[in-house]
Amino acid sequence: MMNIPLSITTTIHDWLFSIMPEGAATITEWVLIAAAYLALFAVAGLYLVLLERKVAAWFQFRLGPNRVGPWGIFQTIADALKLVSKEIYSNRKVDKFLFNLAPYFVIIASLMAMAVFPFSKQFQGFDINIGVFFLFAVSSIGVIGLLVGGWASNNKYSLIGAMRSGLQTISYELSVGLSILTMVLLSGSLQLSEIIEVQRTGGWLIFQGHIPAIIAFMIFMIAGTAETNRAPFDLVEAESELGAGFHTEYSGMQFAYFFLAEFINMFIIASIAVVLFFGGWLSPFGITEGITWFPEVLWFIIKVFMIILLMMWFRWTFPRLRVDQLLTLEWKYLLPINMVNLVLMAIVIWLNITL
Amino acid sequence: MSYFSDIYSGIKTLLTGMRVTGGHFVRIRSENITQLYPDNRDTLQMFERFRGEVVMPHDENNEHRCTGCQSCEIACPNGSIEIIWDRQVDPATGKKKKMIDKHIYHLSMCTMCGLCINACPTDAIVWAQNFENAVYDRSALTKVLNQPGSKLKAGIEE
Ligand code: SF4
Ligand code: SF4
Repeated sequence: MMNIPLSITTTIHDWLFSIMPEGAATITEWVLIAAAYLALFAVAGLYLVLLERKVAAWFQFRLGPNRVGPWGIFQTIADALKLVSKEIYSNRKVDKFLFNLAPYFVIIASLMAMAVFPFSKQFQGFDINIGVFFLFAVSSIGVIGLLVGGWASNNKYSLIGAMRSGLQTISYELSVGLSILTMVLLSGSLQLSEIIEVQRTGGWLIFQGHIPAIIAFMIFMIAGTAETNRAPFDLVEAESELGAGFHTEYSGMQFAYFFLAEFINMFIIASIAVVLFFGGWLSPFGITEGITWFPEVLWFIIKVFMIILLMMWFRWTFPRLRVDQLLTLEWKYLLPINMVNLVLMAIVIWLNITL
Repeated sequence: MSYFSDIYSGIKTLLTGMRVTGGHFVRIRSENITQLYPDNRDTLQMFERFRGEVVMPHDENNEHRCTGCQSCEIACPNGSIEIIWDRQVDPATGKKKKMIDKHIYHLSMCTMCGLCINACPTDAIVWAQNFENAVYDRSALTKVLNQPGSKLKAGIEE
């Protein structure tokens, strides 16, 4: 697990086992890995928020945050410190238990999904052989958090937001699932590291599968954006209609959890796209194939940021959909196209006309 | 059949939108509209049509164009302008005539409607572009627009 260039983890592993009994050392290792992922989670979340604000500004001819630190790079850290120091407040008559539980649902779902990503050849928390299926299952847990939070808030706007999120997630999960399935058909494996190995010899899957893969990618991006509840599918928290939707009543760190989870979900969707379509941590055309010291994780991060940029581009370009338009898009367009696409992909593989 | 043309036109219009915003994104350096205000105070240029406050320009001989006709005072809907005038002997002609003593302008009451400036027959008052009008004492907002010792520019009244 996790021996990035210097195989530092092996050193730590040997050292831990030399100073304490085996059981304690294993647990310590688990805690260290969990801490590493939590740190990654926090940093990625904070900097995605900053990136979002910067990119939003640039799309609108503005400069964005530029006061805290050079180019405003400490802005979101300052925001997070402010949120940590704020009181966690809840209304009278909220369902206390569920109200406090909801943020953890959302954040734990995101964290669990992070664990299975192969950031590089060695940097993967948990290489499970049903990786894609696991990802898909875990990423749907988050919506329970939203539903619970909206229900427990005892606020009609929160409830409407939560119900909309349920509706949206149930609809779009289908499209995400089917477009992933199309790619699984091509790669022939559910294990994420295996999927990347397939792409090492045959080229990235989006090129291998040509037309059906490109259609699947487009559908995945649309449905994935809807899954993360981002604009143009943000009717869950439509500011002009519902206040902040399901997290209207949350304050302080609980609010921050919802907020960060949204950005981590974006990261997760982008990561799935990178693994399934763009070869994960593989370099384009194998240009850094022979260079052993080159951190492959860099390629992964670069690709993920490209996809995230695309999602932000969507967000700051398209207007929000109405609920009926949302459902029309899914059930009348995406789903039938997806089914046809799945068959198309099967035919392409059967006739052996993949590239 | 409209099903497929819907898909086509949908994708096409979405891409059109993305081209516009993408263009903004790559040209941010040259087209940015944010003014880094306190930093660029020295070079900041407000727009021509910006209404900061009413001022009365004076030329290098300390002469202004206000005849004291009171049109602006009458035009002002909320009484922000007071003209104090008296009859004096004009040194050039030796006749008595109406002359301005003080053009008093209450910035604190002004709604920036511009009626006084439209009403002035001799264009004696104009808009200034400054906007840093905060003061510690509101009496500082009552301004005398004609400078002390200034007089009417010759030839305005004809
Ligand atoms: S701008 Fe309007 S309110 Fe202000 S002094 Fe002139 S007439 Fe009066
Ligand atoms: S500023 Fe213009 S309108 Fe007002 S008193 Fe002077 S000349 Fe008349």
